[in-house]
Amino acid sequence: MMMNDIDAKAIPPERGEPPLAAPEHPMRLLARRYLKSRVGTGAAILLLLITLIAIFAPVIAPQDPYDLTKVSIMEAERRPGESSADGRMLYLLGTDGAGRDMLSAIFYGLRISLGIGVISALAALGIGTFMGLLAAHFGGRVDAVIMRVVDVQLSLPTILVALVLLAVLGQGVDKTLMALVLVQWAIFARNVRGAALVERGKEYIEAALGQGLPARRIMFRHVLPNCMAPLIVTTTNQMANAITLEATMSFLGIGLPQTQPSLGLLISNGFDYMLSNQYWISVFPGVALVLLVVSVSLVGDRLRVALNPKLDS
Amino acid sequence: MFEMMMQRALQSVLVIFVMSVLAFVGINLVGDPIHLLVAPDASHEEIQLASQELGLDLPVHEQYVRFLGNALRGDLGNSFVFNRPAVGLIFERMPATFELATMALLLTALVGVPLGLWAGLRPGSRLHKFAMSFSIFGVTMPVFWLGLILILVFSVNLGWLPSGGRGETTSLLGIQVSFLTWDGLKFMLLPACTLALNNIALIMRITEAGTREVAVQEYVKFARAKGVGPTRLMTRHILPNVLIPVVTAMGIEFGHLIAFSLITETIFAWPGMGKLIIDSVLQLDRPVVVAYLMVALLLFVIINFMVDMLYLVLDPRLRTKAA
Repeated sequence: MMMNDIDAKAIPPERGEPPLAAPEHPMRLLARRYLKSRVGTGAAILLLLITLIAIFAPVIAPQDPYDLTKVSIMEAERRPGESSADGRMLYLLGTDGAGRDMLSAIFYGLRISLGIGVISALAALGIGTFMGLLAAHFGGRVDAVIMRVVDVQLSLPTILVALVLLAVLGQGVDKTLMALVLVQWAIFARNVRGAALVERGKEYIEAALGQGLPARRIMFRHVLPNCMAPLIVTTTNQMANAITLEATMSFLGIGLPQTQPSLGLLISNGFDYMLSNQYWISVFPGVALVLLVVSVSLVGDRLRVALNPKLDS
Repeated sequence: MFEMMMQRALQSVLVIFVMSVLAFVGINLVGDPIHLLVAPDASHEEIQLASQELGLDLPVHEQYVRFLGNALRGDLGNSFVFNRPAVGLIFERMPATFELATMALLLTALVGVPLGLWAGLRPGSRLHKFAMSFSIFGVTMPVFWLGLILILVFSVNLGWLPSGGRGETTSLLGIQVSFLTWDGLKFMLLPACTLALNNIALIMRITEAGTREVAVQEYVKFARAKGVGPTRLMTRHILPNVLIPVVTAMGIEFGHLIAFSLITETIFAWPGMGKLIIDSVLQLDRPVVVAYLMVALLLFVIINFMVDMLYLVLDPRLRTKAA
């Protein structure tokens, strides 16, 4: 109890006295550090809410916006807060040019945008981590080749790389995912390699090597778990980037096809209406996108501080 | 140091070569553009004739060799859509993109650097907090979304500024520019702000971090103790050290601005090379896509190279190490 009180004043554990009681579980410690920030907590709650909306969109949406029997062109371009002609539906955020309820379309759009962001960032995490560990483990020529590719790719803006890939691959969900993964893997590879090289120089690795453990085991069981902190932060930030990039590509018409209406496509579809001041078709999906991206980034930012007590001022 | 420069230059050439192969082969896998080029009711013979004329009937590697040979002579093929040299199309639109990017960079320097300096000198203050939240907002804000909001507010609702196009241009040394007339500036303001926001946030962060680091150094304290006035302290002691990473970051950011201008240009119908590439991708205009890619890569290689050299010029410590 005493120890906890002292700990709460953010004394880095390594500098304090050795704890008398059993040390706190790392996840609980992380959660406690994380929740110290009000902004971070708010962002986490918002993100949780958005995630729940995305998962349960078909259940909670007032309308299935892509069921043609439910959508009527007669209901097109209703202003926010208007009701349908028969008075049974309230269009809280208005309807688009095809008579879809915008609120429902946004719920479904969040599902696609968040899904694409999470899947692509996790896939890039897997590939990048593998390549980074490979480079750190073998060194020499393997390291040189992998890192040169990483350097070249990171010296080019992501949007340019994604554009070229999509120009090459063509349109589609799978192609967009592939482009997003190819754009992101390099940053993971660089971070993992850097962290792994630092860890490899430490004594516990020497001890593991001395025990005669196989290299693969050392890499995956000893080095990788200790690289987790930077990886968690990078993954979160990359999710935000992937969501933005997908939205941008879809907005420009070279990302997802019209059959997968992500937030970017919704915004793009509303662009023409906006010039005639029918703002809601573009603006509300945009607000949803910004809330999503900002909450993910803020969570990432806070995790970075929570995982590295030295940064907490 | 000369050796290092040559090594970098050689590397860059290799990068361009590899990317050209990847892009060329990849883009050839997308689909045969011939069906876009002939009339829909063209006979089989007509299609074959057109293919032969454009060299589209050759195997991919032969097409590439032809492409490379022509590329070295500055000919990257004719646009399928415009039926004119692709490089010419890109160079024609380049000044518009450069002007926009330069304007955005100028905005970045005028807003981002002073704000970062100011915030960095007063860590923990209200301004510092504001600046930091603004920078998170600015870094995460999707560029195209910001553009839409600016159009909605300033063009549609207030009617102050045009929502797209380039407006009046004047000829400066044979290049059409917008910034010399009020009308041209009006057209440039919204796209330039859209393009600049991400950068302003980024440069502000770098400046803030640098200032915080430099302001507590011993030599700054010593200078202050010696009685150096605040202005001189700023301009002669703090600023030069803060600006080294800022200037190099701005160099790299110029390249990013040119790349990101493709979003801004599409939204604001700005007739630059970014809009051209998006249109070309959508129309499967292969030569223009490949040519844009080559030109953009070349630009990046040149910019990165210049930034490296700039580092040497700005930081005397690196020069003595390299020598």
